[in-house]
Amino acid sequence: MIERPETAVPSIAQRNLEGYVGFANLPNQVYRKSVKRGFEFTLMVVGESGLGKSTLINSLFLTDLYSKDYPGPSQRIKKTVQVEQSKVLIKEGGVQLTLTIVDTPGFGDAVDNSNCWQPVINYIDSKCEDFLNAESRVNRRSMPDNRVHCCLYFIAPSGHGLKPLDIEFMKRLHDKVNVIPLIAKADTLTPEECQLFKKQIMKEIQEHKIKIYEFPDTEDDEDNKLIRKIKEKMPLAVVGSNVVIEVNGKKVRGRQYPWGVAEEGIFVENGEHCDFTVLRNMLIRTHMQDLKDVTNNVHYENYRSKKLAAVTCNGVDNTKTKGQLTKSPLAQMEEERREHVMKMKKMEAEMEQVFEMKVKEKKQKLKDSEAELERRHEQMKRNLEAQYKELEEKRRVYEDEKANWEAQQRILEQQKLDASKTMEKNKKKGKIF
Amino acid sequence: CNTSGEGARAVPLAGHVGFDSMPDQLVNKSVNHGFCFNILCVGETGLGKSTLMDTLFNTKFEGEPTQHNQPGVTLKSNTYELQESNVRLKLTVVNTVGFGDQINKEDSYKSIVEFIDAQFEAYLQEELKIKRTLHSYHDTRIHACLYFIAPTGHSLKSLDLVTMKKLDSKVNIIPIVAKSDAISKSELAKFKIKITSELVSNGVQIYQFPTDDESVAEINSTMNSHLPFAVVGSTEEVKIGNKMVKARQYPWGTVQVENENHCDFVKLREMLIRVNMEDLREQTHTRHYELYRRCKLEEMGFKDTDPDSKPFSLQETYEAKRNEFMGELQKKEEEMRQMFVQRVKEKEAELKEAEKELHEKFDRLKKLHQDEKKKLEDKKKSLDDELNMFKQKKTAAELLQNQAQQAGGSTTLKRDKERKK
Repeated sequence: MIERPETAVPSIAQRNLEGYVGFANLPNQVYRKSVKRGFEFTLMVVGESGLGKSTLINSLFLTDLYSKDYPGPSQRIKKTVQVEQSKVLIKEGGVQLTLTIVDTPGFGDAVDNSNCWQPVINYIDSKCEDFLNAESRVNRRSMPDNRVHCCLYFIAPSGHGLKPLDIEFMKRLHDKVNVIPLIAKADTLTPEECQLFKKQIMKEIQEHKIKIYEFPDTEDDEDNKLIRKIKEKMPLAVVGSNVVIEVNGKKVRGRQYPWGVAEEGIFVENGEHCDFTVLRNMLIRTHMQDLKDVTNNVHYENYRSKKLAAVTCNGVDNTKTKGQLTKSPLAQMEEERREHVMKMKKMEAEMEQVFEMKVKEKKQKLKDSEAELERRHEQMKRNLEAQYKELEEKRRVYEDEKANWEAQQRILEQQKLDASKTMEKNKKKGKIF
Repeated sequence: CNTSGEGARAVPLAGHVGFDSMPDQLVNKSVNHGFCFNILCVGETGLGKSTLMDTLFNTKFEGEPTQHNQPGVTLKSNTYELQESNVRLKLTVVNTVGFGDQINKEDSYKSIVEFIDAQFEAYLQEELKIKRTLHSYHDTRIHACLYFIAPTGHSLKSLDLVTMKKLDSKVNIIPIVAKSDAISKSELAKFKIKITSELVSNGVQIYQFPTDDESVAEINSTMNSHLPFAVVGSTEEVKIGNKMVKARQYPWGTVQVENENHCDFVKLREMLIRVNMEDLREQTHTRHYELYRRCKLEEMGFKDTDPDSKPFSLQETYEAKRNEFMGELQKKEEEMRQMFVQRVKEKEAELKEAEKELHEKFDRLKKLHQDEKKKLEDKKKSLDDELNMFKQKKTAAELLQNQAQQAGGSTTLKRDKERKK
């Protein structure tokens, strides 16, 4: 089931109005403005050629979208799958609608149909891409909405079940666009066959977990009853016709067979010929806006978030927490910047620490070296001083000794002198010969 | 979205298709979703902002009258859920508390501008998220700013002009003359003309009710000529005739709020709520918000085209931004590393210098020491020489003495011997 975003319900104060204010007129203002703006809708039709796609479009919009001047794709011979769009402007009741029909001629017509869905996917993605780029510009002007709002998938009325191509296509597209499967050329099935066919198809759709477009429940019970009735008819079986025939005095669109006329426009009480009216009512009259909203709020958002996540993570491992995706890529970068700043701070602190430590080491070494040299110098000094002292001592001793000896010598000298003087005297006295 | 219809050919319809129900489908969805509207009331304390809101929405909102002693301007916002018929409206009323009360009002407008920008920023952030929920986002952007002008009767205050000039590119401004029952009819006419001309001459862009839609062009253009609206607010009711009406009762008469001869209240309500509420929201989103967004993105370095004027794709833009960003970070890292390398070099050089000096010092000391040692050695040597000389002298002298003594001894002996003979 395709998830629809819930409307937030905040807790805020209620107030009752005591009189006329006038904002009940808001819906009218919205109405007025929307009419002035005009509407856009892009409808894609996919299916093998010959299933009556172009005829159905013409019937749905009661116009010759494909005519002699603008031939439908079935008239043109295609070798490979093309994706072509036609744009028309239609007006009704003052309301202007720019309708784009996207056709896929060649789909499923080849012998080997592998990847025939790829051009379709590429087209849808490229429209989303255009919108994303327009939305992301700095200067945004009008943003035309060319996204595919609905894809009608035509199933051939084999009566048995879905073909492998049908399953493959729907599985690949159900996440990208609103898929509404239709049984084409329903006038080749009897009502009973049709019922069985429908049941079988729905069974297979559920088995393969294909998410086709779902009608939203409304608050109105009456509407819900109708919706449930429509759901029971899915997939819708349609018949298209470009021809207007007169039946019982009434002009109707139908296909005339020898056995009768298969009408498409009249909802007959005792048996509908096909679900064409249901389709038209649902697609155009009641749910066109919802198809656009689901495209915008679900399919486009899916595309966008995938695209932006790829850009942000930039090839990095995508097992990041969900929390990352709630940010914009810019907020992401901001956070990364903050992380980086912290990392840098840490790195800086570490480097600072290492630096300081090394400086301290070196300084310490220098100090030790200095101390060592000081010590040695001191030692040498003391050594020298000691030697000096020693020398002083030696000199003193020597000086003393010398002084003594000299004193002695002087005494001796004196004695000698005295002795020789006495001898001289004695000699003179003749006592000594 | 706007339908350009370009490349589309008009085709006639052969019957009723049914897409003329599209506006109804759209309206039903919006009614189911509910509407939201945010009003900002800017004006001095005491101009009746809260009362006017109560009167406009026929209900009692929060709040007591504030005092005049606020230190600055703060914005107080309250959100209410209202319902009229099947239409649910989430209304947020934001009041400027303390506006005009300070002595220095130079920065009064700042908190208002910040508040408005903050709402834009919140929306922008949501819009830029990877997984976003715009559909259910509660839009808090200000859709209308009611600017309350004091009923002096003379002219706009400079605070008013400054503030409105700062706000006119960010929000739809609807100027109103508050408590207009204080002005007489003739004074009021002159006052309005003066105000309008002052706004024009100062280039203040006030909100113009749109005249492009034929269904409302006439009434809107008439109302545009009545701006600024002179209003009176009151939640009290007075009996007039056989009806209870909202009014203010004076000894000299009763001012009826909803009497268009008495004041422009009804006009304000018509324009603001009944006719142009949706346009106010639209203008806020497509004009004011886009301007904010554009400025913000340009500030962050986003461009729409590269130097060769080729348009950027979103992916390219983001990738370019990211590369730039990563490059920046790496550069910062490199710079820091380089700075450290530089510091280390410098420190190393410093320490080497110190080491060199140390060695030089000790070399000098060593040299001194060597000199000293040499001197000592010399002294030692000379002492030793002296000692030797002395020794020699002593030895020689002793030798002489011994000889002399021996000779003398023998002489004495001889003499003694002689004498004995």
